[in-house]
Amino acid sequence: MSVMKRVSLIFRAKADKALDRMEDPRETLDYSYKQQVEMLTRVRRGVADVATSRKRVELQMTSLQKEIAKRTTQAKTALEQGREDLARAALQARGQLEQQYDDLQAQYTQLQDQEEKLTVASQRLDAKVQAFRTRKETIKATYTAAEAQTRINEAFSGISEDMGDVGLAIQRAEDKTAQMQARAGAIDELLASGALEDHVGGGADYIQAELDKLGATAGVDDQLAAMKREIANNAPRQIEANGDGGESTSADDVPAAQQPQAGDGA
Amino acid sequence: MIVRILGEGQFRLDDASSAKLTVLDKDVDAAVHAGDEAVFKMALGAAVKLVREDGVPVPDDEFVTADYILPFSDATIDEVRKLLTDGTIHGDPTAP
Repeated sequence: MSVMKRVSLIFRAKADKALDRMEDPRETLDYSYKQQVEMLTRVRRGVADVATSRKRVELQMTSLQKEIAKRTTQAKTALEQGREDLARAALQARGQLEQQYDDLQAQYTQLQDQEEKLTVASQRLDAKVQAFRTRKETIKATYTAAEAQTRINEAFSGISEDMGDVGLAIQRAEDKTAQMQARAGAIDELLASGALEDHVGGGADYIQAELDKLGATAGVDDQLAAMKREIANNAPRQIEANGDGGESTSADDVPAAQQPQAGDGA
Repeated sequence: MIVRILGEGQFRLDDASSAKLTVLDKDVDAAVHAGDEAVFKMALGAAVKLVREDGVPVPDDEFVTADYILPFSDATIDEVRKLLTDGTIHGDPTAP
């Protein structure tokens, strides 16, 4: 027997089993309606859950984008400082972030898809349940218990198939959401602890640390240069002062090794 | 006949379209047996397309059971096998 046929029989068997258990046909209608209303609540909650997951992924994507932008800036700064090695590391880190971003993007699309499908399923079940409610009252009002049996069975089996359909759709969405949440949780933790940098950069953002050091070094270098200039400006005057002191030997004649001593002696 | 696509509801097909679907059904079946995901995807896609295009949606106030039920349009072989193997409809609390 074919797959499609077998699936239809599984659904029908479920309805038949449920019907066999019911003693009073009219009770069947009320019981089924109660289950339908519960199912409607479930599917609506399912839609809300998927939407929450989707929004969470959206936020993570924004965070990752910020990290990606940061790495780009780092790469540029590093190149300006002549540190191609750091620029390369920053770009490598960015590559890994971009991969994670693409992963999230794919999952985001999947969640969006599930959300849409579940929304449509929820609307369809809603319409079906409304129709069932009307049918239920009509059957109760118009037919005797004995006459009603066939119509009750039809209505019950028909909507039972819808319930199974929606049930499966909810299950699918829940599975997708659960997978998503496990991954999202891990990424959230990484982003929160700043360890994402650790994870992708091989160090607690050592690139930034290096760049900061370069920045600090540049500051020290500037100060050193300023001091040297100051010293250089003062030194000739001191030597001149020595020369004026009446020494016969000019500074040029003094061997290089002795020059500081000459200065010291002054 | 009446055909349901999981996640999309029921459709009514005339005899000509039903005959076409029966042919596609054999392809879906063969793909599931062979475990060939690519062929399965193609056959299921063709069946779903046929039902969507040729079928007329069953109105909300009509309560009937389907002669054929197609898996979700993006289902995998594993999903179908799972449904067929244990014969239970997961996520359906109304199942006895």
